[in-house]
Amino acid sequence: MSHDTPHDALPTGMKRWLYTTNHKDIGTMYLVFALIMLLTGGAMILAVRAELFQPGLQLMQPDLFNQLITLHGLVMVFGAAMPAATGLANWMLPMMLGAPDMALPRLNNWSFWILPPAALLLVTPFILGLAGVGTGAVDTGWTMYAPLSIQTGWGMDFAIFSVHMLGASSILASINVIVTILNMRAPGMTLMKMPMFAWGFLMTATLLIIIMPVLAGGVTMVLMDRHFGTHFFNAAGGGDPVLWEHIFWFMGHPEVYVLLLPIAGAIPHVLSAFARKPIYGYKAQVYSLWAITFLSVVVWAHHMFTSGMSVGGQLYFMYSTMLISLPLAVLFFCWIATLWRGAMSFEAPMLFALGFVTLFGWGGLTGLVLADAAADAQYHNAYFLVAHFHYALYPTTVMGVMAAVYFWLPKWTGHMYNERLAKVHFWVAFVGMNLTFLPQFFVGLAGMPRRIPDYALQFAEFNMLSSVGSLILGVSHLIFIYVVIQCVRGGAKAESRAWEGANGLEWTLSSPPPYHSFDVQPVVR
Amino acid sequence: MKLRNGLPLLGGFLGALAAGSTWADYRWNFPDPATPLAADTLHVHNLFMLIITVIFVAVFAIMAYSMFVHRKSRGHEPATFTGPRSRVQWLWALVPFAILLFIDYIIFGIPAYHAVLTDADSRNGAQMVVKVTGLQWKWQYEYPEEGIKFVSAMSTPREQINNQAPKGENYLLEVDNPLVIPVGKKIRFITTSTDVIHSWWVPAFGVKRDAVPGFLREFWVRVDRPGVYRGQCAELCGKDHAFMPVVVHAVPEAEYLQWVGAQKTAMTAQADSAGREWTQAELMEKGKAVYEANCASCHQPGGEGIPGAFPALAGNKMMKAPALDPAGRLVRGGHLDRVMNGAPNTAMTAYKDVLNDAEIAAVVTYERNALGNKTGDLVQPAQVKALRGSKT
Amino acid sequence: MSETQAHYYVPHHSHYSALLSAGVFLLALGFILRLNGMPPGVWSMLTGFGVMLFVLFRWFGMVISESVGDLYHRWEDRSFRWGMAWFIFSEVMFFAAFFGALYYLRVIAAPELASFDPAYTPYPNFTGAWPSSGPKGDPFTPMAAWGIPAINTLILLSSGVTVTWAHWGLLKGRRAQLVAGLAMTVALGLLFLGLQAYEYHEAYTELGLTLKAGAYGATFFMLTGFHGFHVTLGTIMLIVILLRSMKGHFSAENHFGFEAVAWYWHFVDVVWLLLFVFVYWL
Ligand code: HEA
Ligand code: HEA
Ligand code: HEC
Ligand code: CUA
Ligand SMILES: [Cu+2]
Repeated sequence: MSHDTPHDALPTGMKRWLYTTNHKDIGTMYLVFALIMLLTGGAMILAVRAELFQPGLQLMQPDLFNQLITLHGLVMVFGAAMPAATGLANWMLPMMLGAPDMALPRLNNWSFWILPPAALLLVTPFILGLAGVGTGAVDTGWTMYAPLSIQTGWGMDFAIFSVHMLGASSILASINVIVTILNMRAPGMTLMKMPMFAWGFLMTATLLIIIMPVLAGGVTMVLMDRHFGTHFFNAAGGGDPVLWEHIFWFMGHPEVYVLLLPIAGAIPHVLSAFARKPIYGYKAQVYSLWAITFLSVVVWAHHMFTSGMSVGGQLYFMYSTMLISLPLAVLFFCWIATLWRGAMSFEAPMLFALGFVTLFGWGGLTGLVLADAAADAQYHNAYFLVAHFHYALYPTTVMGVMAAVYFWLPKWTGHMYNERLAKVHFWVAFVGMNLTFLPQFFVGLAGMPRRIPDYALQFAEFNMLSSVGSLILGVSHLIFIYVVIQCVRGGAKAESRAWEGANGLEWTLSSPPPYHSFDVQPVVR
Repeated sequence: MKLRNGLPLLGGFLGALAAGSTWADYRWNFPDPATPLAADTLHVHNLFMLIITVIFVAVFAIMAYSMFVHRKSRGHEPATFTGPRSRVQWLWALVPFAILLFIDYIIFGIPAYHAVLTDADSRNGAQMVVKVTGLQWKWQYEYPEEGIKFVSAMSTPREQINNQAPKGENYLLEVDNPLVIPVGKKIRFITTSTDVIHSWWVPAFGVKRDAVPGFLREFWVRVDRPGVYRGQCAELCGKDHAFMPVVVHAVPEAEYLQWVGAQKTAMTAQADSAGREWTQAELMEKGKAVYEANCASCHQPGGEGIPGAFPALAGNKMMKAPALDPAGRLVRGGHLDRVMNGAPNTAMTAYKDVLNDAEIAAVVTYERNALGNKTGDLVQPAQVKALRGSKT
Repeated sequence: MSETQAHYYVPHHSHYSALLSAGVFLLALGFILRLNGMPPGVWSMLTGFGVMLFVLFRWFGMVISESVGDLYHRWEDRSFRWGMAWFIFSEVMFFAAFFGALYYLRVIAAPELASFDPAYTPYPNFTGAWPSSGPKGDPFTPMAAWGIPAINTLILLSSGVTVTWAHWGLLKGRRAQLVAGLAMTVALGLLFLGLQAYEYHEAYTELGLTLKAGAYGATFFMLTGFHGFHVTLGTIMLIVILLRSMKGHFSAENHFGFEAVAWYWHFVDVVWLLLFVFVYWL
């Protein structure tokens, strides 16, 4: 009875995509949207890196520069990283859980369709600004600190409403994921038997429902301060700019785990498939995910050590932040133990997964250093910090997603992709990534602040390296696009179980899978 | 692929560490510490980096070993174990946990604890106070005990930034009026701001403290050796955030006192001059200097402004309307009012606490008679002085 | 459990989502233009709003007819319940942001602003006492708890009782009780809104309590205003449910629509209690 409409009555062409409520179609749209945003955000930062290639202002004035870095941050985090993960969830959850579709298909459709207008709102003032209309896009940094965000031009208003919409989209998508996981699992699949990926996304969805409304409330207060005369962030009226920092980071810190957890859920599947060995320490990993979720909402102020916190506050936020290294170490050891004594082979998904583990390992360890409240005075808002978070973000949201995409691409398209080129993609990305971000640790330690379009002469060499690296990174994405298009168009036929070591319900379906994943729910023993 | 993952990273970081401790040039690590706090943070930082590098190498050596040995192409048969089961296995699983706790809370935790406490101790035994106020995009320094107050703005010429002139040695890190402090004294710094959040950072001092509008924040510094120390604003504060350097001259006590003396003489001279009548030429000359140091970053050197963001002053209606009414009172919403009191919720802050009477009078006169405006009015320092007494 | 149902109702396509998003976009765009001194933005807002109303009307209509057409069973019903519960939770977090702001400004920021060394602070005479419009704020009179707010508390509490009573009627199959209970709830909701409007009027005209009245005014209007907005939504939803009840859409077994609205109403109720305690009373 899932066939409530016969297939041939389905709209075709544009309308198919515009109207669809099918989880696979929506998943595809999410992934394509995320890729477009990755290119947009990447193109923006390429312009920035070109400006930073050498000291002096060559290509742009500071106001344009500030718009570019701000949009880069917002577009990458909210436009590329989160939709990519949601796309994976849409595609995979019903197939992994043995369900016909997501629990609330129409809502699913809507949560996707909020994204394009939201992204449009974000970049409209930018384009208008280039054309000489208005004051340009939001230029406050993605952190939108008040009172700069009160003072700045109309781009901030666009950003506020964009954030509202992005927030609504991710809240609705999260509700859908949670309901699907709680209500649509195949008979016999208890929570502790469900795939790691479902766990990762369940925790992410929970976090999103906790944090996104708070950010929405926060930007509403900014809007009120800007246009309706309130004093939330103005000391003269008894407000406090630091209140915004608390609100933002209450969202912003958990947000980084929102990006991490779906990937932390997907990676074990890849590692286990290519090590031809079951996931190690399933329960330990699930408990760690819980611990990370919980801890992530109580450590936010480690982003504010230099804002002048009380000693008690500094100590609390320092020690609680360090605590997160424990569950993450558990995850790392479980991942490595999954590999241990397996029979490994190194296809592209495995390469990306291992790249993620290695590079994120370094990103995480430098995070541990940042947690030191006293030494943070040297790291905060310096390039060391930029390097830390790209070592955390890039491996997670790009390499991790790539691992998952290559892993499931044969399932989605029914074709094997070009393995050789995919490996080239990995190595180019790996080299580019390290070349871009490793030098940033050094300039940061030497004292280069972030968010500056021009810098003192002693930082020149490393910046040059970093700019070259970013270009290489850009090339890696072009290879990726080529491989994907090639794979969609054709290629060797993929079997149901495309990888020798792959396990899970999704691999019992044909490649590509039927329109309705499971018309009849499978029973899990 | 085996070790290739780890090696470049590793090599880079070991190289960096070695560089940090042996090279005099410190371009990859913290600069030479000049205060006890900076020495402390450098020490802690080096320790941390060493430990995390060791962890990284150890953890990924295990992984690399496995990748090398347990590969299918070598015919390794996969095992099937899934989790810690026996007591011994649990023990093994818990050991790294214990090590991690030890590292986090003992090796990292204890020095960090002490550093935080030392850092916060800005009042005990402080021998003098300096108040730092962030303005878009310059710093104002105030020595309350001495009654000295001045603004410190970047002095790198625009031509260097726009690549029309060769860049100087201290490109972007030089100012017109550096902060001068004595060595060996514990100085309590207070930061605040008049517009948005800035952050006062000098790497060699190991301090970075936000300047939050309306609120006060504190830190302390005791510089051990004389020298010139440079830093930058470290919180995005708008357009010229990159051009808001900090320069500190740490000098021996005697030299400091000499400097204080000179400042005071200059200040008295200025206060005296506020009383006398100024000529148009004098006002224009001073006004130009004040304008270029304080106003040109937004309203642009030629007064043309930046459309949408900063209004043009050239040909501005406000310049034509009177600044003072016939009785010498401020015209609300008029030119002088904007300059002295600013426009709320915009980048235009109140300059009455930043500039002195002569400077305000001069810059207003300048704006009314240059930049394409030609009213012929003069505003005298004495008139500004009179306004300060009355409530605005 | 799911073993008994092998199928789940999966709708196939829906052109409403894209349209709804277009409406939201126009509304937001128009508002932004309006705020930045471009009055024609209003037309964009109106169009967007109209599109949204149209879509919501059609969308809910479609869902209702599916529900009445017996396409939803226990499995689907469970999805809706979970969905609504998590939605309400997200609203809880939305209010948490405003309560958090109130807490922060009152308990942390105000005393801190008053604690600075008088020699250096720009606000040496500020005492940090609450209610406060800040060191440079204009004087105002705070809203007293035991007048209209207390009455409004009673009103909302009794409205909680009346929906529950209506629910009992529904469960026992007594449609008259259901309709009467809902009608009373709607009436109480409207009464609440009327009193709140009166209260706002008084605040603006007599107490000097406006949005501009510093931290107190900002948090006061933000919290009570958003709550009032939720009461308005809740009342509209109750009216819809009332009409549907009169048409006999609900049965003792199948009445998710009713319950969702009742939950929402209780949520609004609980928020009000917190508001009464933290905004008006303490
Ligand atoms: C995916 C994103 C991501 C992730 C996962 C993390 C993870 C962590 N981050 Fe990071 N962080 C960011 C993204 C991320 N961060 C961003 C974007 C910013 C800046 C935002 C801005 O200002 O714009 C930031 C900023 C930031 C700061 C603020 C610094 C400042 O502004 O001054 C701090 C401070 O404590 C911090 C700490 C940490 C810690 C302790 C972790 C921990 O979770 C890391 C835990 C991981 C490990 C510890 C490594 C793995 C474990 C092993 C290899 C096993 C062996 C380990 C041991 C034996 C120790 N981060
Ligand atoms: C998931 C998040 C994410 C990701 C993936 C990235 C990816 C990258 N980031 Fe980003 N970054 C952030 C999140 C992210 N960043 C955040 C949150 C900030 C803080 C912002 C702030 O300060 O407020 C930041 C800031 C930031 C800065 C600091 C700016 C400053 O402080 O002045 C820099 C500088 O080098 C940088 C570089 C890069 C580079 C080179 C990549 C590369 O990985 C990008 C690689 C991708 C490409 C190069 C695109 C390839 C496409 C093409 C080549 C084709 C183009 C063509 C078409 C569009 C048709 N980032
Ligand atoms: C940080 C940027 C900035 C600096 C520095 C700055 N201004 Fe302004 N100024 C502004 C902005 C923004 C406005 C517009 C305020 C508004 O919207 O009412 C403005 C408005 C004005 C006006 C009123 C013009 C009008 O048409 O409303 C005058 C006069 C003025 N500034 C003079 C000065 C003088 C004199 C100085 C230096 C002592 C100065 N400004 C420094 C940003 C700045
Ligand atoms: Cu001041 Cu950045
Ligand atoms: Cu964080």
